Amino acid sequence: MIEKIIHIILLLGLPPLLLGVINKTKAWFGGRVGPSLLQPYYDLIKLMRKGMVISTTTTWVFLAGPIITLATVILAGLLVPLGRFDSPIAFPGDLIFFAYLFGLARFFTTSAALDTGSPFEGMGAAREVTFACLSEPALFFALLVLAKVSGTLTLTTMLHGPEGGFSAAVAAPLVLIAIGLFVVLLAETCRIPVDDPNTHLELTMIHEVMVLDHSGPLFGVILYAAAIKLFVLGAVLLHVVFPFQTGLLWLDWPLFVLELLALAAVIGIVESVMARLQMRHVPYLLIAAMLFCGFGFILLVR
Amino acid sequence: MLSVWMIFAAIAAVGLSGLPACLLSPRSRTGQRITTLLMLAGSVLGLASIIISSGQTISPSLHVPWFLPWGRFATAIDSISILFLAPVFIVPALGSIYGLGYWKQSEHPDNGRQLGFFYGLLAGSMALVVIARDSVLFLIAWEIMAIAAYFAATAENDNPDVRRAGWIYLIATHIGTLCLIAMFALWHYATGSFALETAQPISLKLAGAIFILALIGFGFKAGFMPLHVWLPGAHANAPSHVSAVMSGVMLKMGIYGIVRMTAMLPVTTPWWGETLLVIGVVTGIAGIAFAIGQHDLKRLLAYSSIENIGIIGIGLGLALLGRSQNRPDWILLGLGGSLLHVWNHSLFKSLLFFNAGAIIHAAHTREIDRLGGLAKQMPQVMILFAIGAVAICALPPLNGFASEWLIYVGLFHTLGFGDNAGFPAAALAAVALAMIGAMAVACFVKLLGTVFLGSPRCESADYTSDLSASMIIPMAALAAGCAGIGLFPMITIGLLEKAARTWAVQLDSTTSIVTVAPLRWITALGLALILLVGAIILALKTLPQTRIIRNSCTWDCGYALPTPRIQYTGSSFAHMLVNLSHFILWPKIYWLAIRSIFPGPARFKSIVPDTVLDRLALPVFDAAARYLPAIRILQQGQTHLYVLYIVIIVIVLLIWGAIGI
Repeated sequence: MIEKIIHIILLLGLPPLLLGVINKTKAWFGGRVGPSLLQPYYDLIKLMRKGMVISTTTTWVFLAGPIITLATVILAGLLVPLGRFDSPIAFPGDLIFFAYLFGLARFFTTSAALDTGSPFEGMGAAREVTFACLSEPALFFALLVLAKVSGTLTLTTMLHGPEGGFSAAVAAPLVLIAIGLFVVLLAETCRIPVDDPNTHLELTMIHEVMVLDHSGPLFGVILYAAAIKLFVLGAVLLHVVFPFQTGLLWLDWPLFVLELLALAAVIGIVESVMARLQMRHVPYLLIAAMLFCGFGFILLVR
Repeated sequence: MLSVWMIFAAIAAVGLSGLPACLLSPRSRTGQRITTLLMLAGSVLGLASIIISSGQTISPSLHVPWFLPWGRFATAIDSISILFLAPVFIVPALGSIYGLGYWKQSEHPDNGRQLGFFYGLLAGSMALVVIARDSVLFLIAWEIMAIAAYFAATAENDNPDVRRAGWIYLIATHIGTLCLIAMFALWHYATGSFALETAQPISLKLAGAIFILALIGFGFKAGFMPLHVWLPGAHANAPSHVSAVMSGVMLKMGIYGIVRMTAMLPVTTPWWGETLLVIGVVTGIAGIAFAIGQHDLKRLLAYSSIENIGIIGIGLGLALLGRSQNRPDWILLGLGGSLLHVWNHSLFKSLLFFNAGAIIHAAHTREIDRLGGLAKQMPQVMILFAIGAVAICALPPLNGFASEWLIYVGLFHTLGFGDNAGFPAAALAAVALAMIGAMAVACFVKLLGTVFLGSPRCESADYTSDLSASMIIPMAALAAGCAGIGLFPMITIGLLEKAARTWAVQLDSTTSIVTVAPLRWITALGLALILLVGAIILALKTLPQTRIIRNSCTWDCGYALPTPRIQYTGSSFAHMLVNLSHFILWPKIYWLAIRSIFPGPARFKSIVPDTVLDRLALPVFDAAARYLPAIRILQQGQTHLYVLYIVIIVIVLLIWGAIGI
């Protein structure tokens, strides 16, 4: 019970900190002091206290987009085990539900973008749905590998791996899908090199451009949901990258938080040392991720 | 026994529902009402009958000899029939109510009665197809269905597009029927009877040949790629409620045929399942890729039907693989998932076609890029359309997800866990299914966004529409069905498992779908999702600061003169994906390069022609029309010449016989 409560507290409380860490890392690379680690929390609180400007073109879909997205990422977060601990909800086949929750979020985010009738937001929505067609197969290849390695279709037991850790024979497929999953994580959470969360040049963006017209609390919900998505996908990736546990309850929670913050720092480093890809090259990156995961699968079942 | 007679009465009432109206005046509203009442009465009777038969342990059947020299009048209602009968009795009846508002006989005196008659005949013959247990009776019902569908779909036969689509349909369906006649002949050769019952062991080669013929013959009806050529045109040009019945129910008759034939054949080699898996994957991916590229609302929906047939094919392939490898979990999940998807698709695709009809009714165009902002004029239709779109993208918590989830879990099971040997090549279909899912989201976001959201793209557009309740109620009923099965998929499990046991005799009663795929969790998480959304809305509402301070125009980067024409259109939305899949689609894109400093008006046009029909079939037919007339010299139209041909052939045969080659 205690574990479930900690899980929910971490899921709802920690994600904005990841954004803070990423920004701090980028500032450090740029030789700046940068905003406080807690800045994303301040931003959220500020947004929640503002009023909204709503376009007259829009309908209920515009409001539904952020709200449904937040609901889906929270539910997805309840399906993923954090560190050594089991997830609050687990059943055979939940991995597919997990993947499709993001599909539902995408449906309503992009519909909300089209609801404004703005060409910029249409552009962003078109890119989002197009790139998903490439990242989704990569994710499923990775899930197939993990399911085969662990012999289960429950996300919790699948990500924990078999008793005594993964065998050395599956190291190569796991490394390959770890690379693929990292790219999927960058694409899905709109980080460089796929998307730049900082620019305001609409023509080069995917995610930011879809939310141009959202303001106030609705925009806060969007930022919060994006942070939770980063948290959830990061937690999945960590199981593949760091399958180590101490076995001590009081140490494993801090260890998980530390791993996650380290992952955020790595994302910050990637963002600092790389430039955003040209939009027409993004599909190549995603296809590469798909091939990495696909090769992992072929290596495993050959 | 009672239930069989009830079904006959239902088929008679539904099949001849259009007859009384033919005796009344062409503008008679009473006639159309009588037709609808007969449809409803027949459908209620039919549904009552299948409820009675689903409770019986031995499937009710009726066999009587008849006047024809071959076959006999044999019918039975087993659990597979029941599964396919339910959409047959639900969708056409709802479509008939919808037709009261959509295709008022008073406004269509030329074809209202014809449409009513053949629409009923189509529904009745489909019910007969599903209960027939004799090849000859099956083929008769099959042919009535094909012809009735032709006349129902070509109601507006003064339009040349409609006639062309009708011809293509007629040719395609008869090539399919030809394969079916060959298949049943082979079946008679193998079993010694026309009866469609499990017979003594059939040799493996013969069974394989029957399977291939069934795949082609029924594949034409179901719309497997590349046999789908008739489907987009016929669906686009038919009246919307006919499209709904054709897409939601008639395509499934092809699936039914494959399920019925494979139930009677011994499945021992894995290549059957492999073939169907490959066909399913190709059909699914190509279907949705073509759907994304379409500009015509109903053509898009038709291609998306092809995609869904592909998904059903993947499930069936998995089940066939399970039978050859003796894996009950694959059979249950594959067949259960695909049969549930048959139901689901008949619900959400009919809903979407009804919506399309309402859009056309209001806007008088099927061009997606000329629409826009319909949500303001038709809020109810928009909500119903959104439900259908979410369901067809297989997103939780609606019904499409439940069936695809079963297929996914089955495909993951082919990895082989523990001591069980796997078939990992089949698991690749899960990746294809994921891709299909993502592309479906792109396709239906495009449709929802371009048609209903934003602002009207034509400034002259006047979308005022008098949607009658008779059009809204059937849509609402279908949407309720989508939500019901999506949230409570458990209710279908009993029927699905019974059908799976009828289909594969080797299934014992110990394995069950719910032990491998606990559907109650889908219910729980679906409800949790709705609660969570409700909670977030409540939280935002109670937040004292949440308020709308201003309504303004969409942010336009400071550009002073935004017009609706700068909106992203459906084509621009799909542009990237069409380019990514150009190796399947081969889109034709015409545009004038801008050369001078002050360029004149430019034009842009992009078309995604059907690769199989427009680039393969039609050129072949054209070439045939060009070069084959030389043979016409044989056809002089004089009787004595034909008698001469007969004499020549008889002499040749006599010589052949005499030499004894």
